[in-house]
Amino acid sequence: MPQHAAPPRRSPFLPRLLLGAALAGALLPAWAADLRIGLSSDVTSLDPHFVNIAPNIAFSDHVFDTLVKSDAKGKLVPGLAESWRALSPTTWEFKLRQGVVFSDGTPLTAEDVVFSLDRPATIKNSPGPFTSYTNQIIKKEAIDAHTVHLHTASAYGPLPLDLISIYVVSKKAAENAATEDFNSGKALIGTGPFKFAAFRKGERIEVTRNERYWGKRPEWDKVTFRILASGAPRLSALLAGDVDVIENVPAADLARLKTNPQVTLAQHTTWRTLFWQLDQFRDQSPFITDHAGKPLAKNPLKDLRVRQAISKAINRQALVDRTLEGLAVPASNINAPGIFGYNDAIPMDTYDPAGARKLLAKAGYPDGFSLTIHGTNNRYINDEQVVQTVAQFLNRIGIKTKVDTQPVATYFGKARAHEYSFALLGWGSLAADFTLRAIAGTPDPDTGWGTWNWGKYSNPKVDELVSRALAAVEPAERERFARDAAGAALADLAVIPSHHQLATWGLRKGFAYDGRIDEFTFAHEIRSAR
Amino acid sequence: MTLFLLRRLLQAAQVLFVMSLLVFVGVYAIGNPLDMLVDPQATAADTARVAAALGLDQPLWVQYWRFLANALQGDLGISFLHGTPALHLIVQRLPATLELAVSALLIAVLLGIPLGLWAGLRPDSFGGRTVMAGSILGFSLPTFWVGLMLIMLFSVHLGWLPSGGRGPTREFLGLEWSLLAPGGWRHLLLPAVNLALFKLALVIRLTQSGTREALLQDYMRFARAKGLPARRIVGVHVLKNIMIPVVTVVGLEFGTLIAFSVVTESIFAWPGIGKLLLDSITQLDRPVVVAYLLLIVFIYTLISLAVDLIYAALDPRVRLAGGQAA
Repeated sequence: MPQHAAPPRRSPFLPRLLLGAALAGALLPAWAADLRIGLSSDVTSLDPHFVNIAPNIAFSDHVFDTLVKSDAKGKLVPGLAESWRALSPTTWEFKLRQGVVFSDGTPLTAEDVVFSLDRPATIKNSPGPFTSYTNQIIKKEAIDAHTVHLHTASAYGPLPLDLISIYVVSKKAAENAATEDFNSGKALIGTGPFKFAAFRKGERIEVTRNERYWGKRPEWDKVTFRILASGAPRLSALLAGDVDVIENVPAADLARLKTNPQVTLAQHTTWRTLFWQLDQFRDQSPFITDHAGKPLAKNPLKDLRVRQAISKAINRQALVDRTLEGLAVPASNINAPGIFGYNDAIPMDTYDPAGARKLLAKAGYPDGFSLTIHGTNNRYINDEQVVQTVAQFLNRIGIKTKVDTQPVATYFGKARAHEYSFALLGWGSLAADFTLRAIAGTPDPDTGWGTWNWGKYSNPKVDELVSRALAAVEPAERERFARDAAGAALADLAVIPSHHQLATWGLRKGFAYDGRIDEFTFAHEIRSAR
Repeated sequence: MTLFLLRRLLQAAQVLFVMSLLVFVGVYAIGNPLDMLVDPQATAADTARVAAALGLDQPLWVQYWRFLANALQGDLGISFLHGTPALHLIVQRLPATLELAVSALLIAVLLGIPLGLWAGLRPDSFGGRTVMAGSILGFSLPTFWVGLMLIMLFSVHLGWLPSGGRGPTREFLGLEWSLLAPGGWRHLLLPAVNLALFKLALVIRLTQSGTREALLQDYMRFARAKGLPARRIVGVHVLKNIMIPVVTVVGLEFGTLIAFSVVTESIFAWPGIGKLLLDSITQLDRPVVVAYLLLIVFIYTLISLAVDLIYAALDPRVRLAGGQAA
């Protein structure tokens, strides 16, 4: 299909040489209602139910809506559902917004919603299905055109939260559509702020404003997403004026960008919290020895005093200021501030190497021990340096620490096979009970708890509080349990929290964005600014 | 000739088989795609269902056997991440890479041979020395750095050319081509030059040394003594004799241009197969990685076959009998 190049903002009549110099400071975009965004990862499929990965979800949000949405801070707000409530512990009622139409003019009905909730389970060959968000629903009923009842097998409080991940497609357009039909745009009919215009895989996606959109009208007539996966080309596209907004600004270039008058930066604390998972199930952990290299009699990480010593040995403020160049804030919780279930009563462990040494001595390790810690080198902001910095902190309290970092593709497999003793993980979730279930819940393949509990931490009290939170359909009650669960897990240092990452967007002068906790770049939330 | 072609095909089939085995085992060893792709909050039952649907629950040899059986029917598997056939995904992106590689090769040959000839004929002139010194730069500057400098100069500072991406294309033979679309060359120019620099330096040096060597040969002296015009001496007697090494190297280098345009493609956000490979490796999208590498082996085989055929045309002494293929 014929495509337009990035729209030339420069008049072709003026001599080019002059232009470069003269317009370098004058590329004001306000009069053009076009927006060009440089994305940092590839959108692999436009089918909103095919694979659950962030770049695909971010695109889906431009064309489709969900029943429940999360706002920029991670709070649940009405989407296609105007309101929802639990009629009983296992039955939920969702009232649909009146007068919503798809971009092809068909009105949205409860039938479309039921169809969309059924669809994820019918997708074949998905490596990351959305079924974990629909599995809890055992029965879906379209009561009338604008009322849907959803039944769960047991009381399940996070149902509205699960529904922020299921995009509502048009039954008419998607009923017999394959993933290919979504990529061609044929089946890509949604109720969202934009509608599909063109897709060139691995290169660009174009959307135009959906004039029938029910919500706030986006400012842009046309939005072009360009896939600019490597940091340097993404940044140079911004500097050259080929795109207006980029996500994921390379950390190394931030300092220089701050002094560039053409560019503004938008930053937001994200849901991604980094923490250390500790082997708490083996009596002899594979990467822990005495200083001579011989195995220890028991696993020191099982001793709370040792975990406390390690937490006190980490200077979180120095870590975020120096190693992370200000791109993170210190963490006391395993969810970011503002996330459902964040417990602000949990104290931040202060840097206290002397106290840490005392705790180690009390636990029977006055001279420390030897440890190898593991982490990624291509997943999180400056992750390799973070691992090295923490190793230095541990060395200071007598724990002789070696570092091993790996690409995420090999790292996750080994970590999930419980091969490490002390390993770094970053986790993003919009609810503390969800995080705790996966990270600190007692691993059990039947319940699906503890799927990412690398150290097999197990605490009946935490399990109990998390299951009560998950079963609470009253949000206030659920939040109380979730908070208490977080408090119990962190008092016991189930994991050692490190920091919450910030996300950074780069915008050309004339554009404004507030950023989002979920790191997504939404064209409908980008504004022009004078 | 027929025997020669048959032998070549048989060799290619063997190489493809060994390659597929190596790549399959290699990618399997990196990690489990399920750890990367399945929603971290999914239950173990969900994960098991995905593994079964993608065949990842089977032991390695069963997975390989299934792959081989399908591959023999022309089905190289479906990309985990994209949900479309891996081969289709690659073929869709191949024109972008081919176009880039051919343009780079043309730049290298069309500039490199005349410059090399000139430098070879006048090795002590200022121009000749400049060309040879310049070619050292072409060898020694890393591609990614030159690419970034080109972008900084021509896109960011001067604003003459776009910083990356493929720009407009026009459909021809069912595929998209930049060069056929108005303005498409503006997107192609910087990446093609960047990719060509190293090859350009190579061609210059090969041509220059070949020329200097040829000039010392007896037949040159006879040609001059016979009073042939300089144009004919250079155009026919020198050029024809230095072409064999140039053709060999250019042929092989064309393969590397396609296979290793990864760096240039990622710097210029050029949507070719190199970029696809990189993404697929980091995401453990095994079907795409395997299909890509098999395709590259296949292309290499074709190129070396073409090189052999061109040899025979250039030098009548080379016979394409079985076994003696270079």
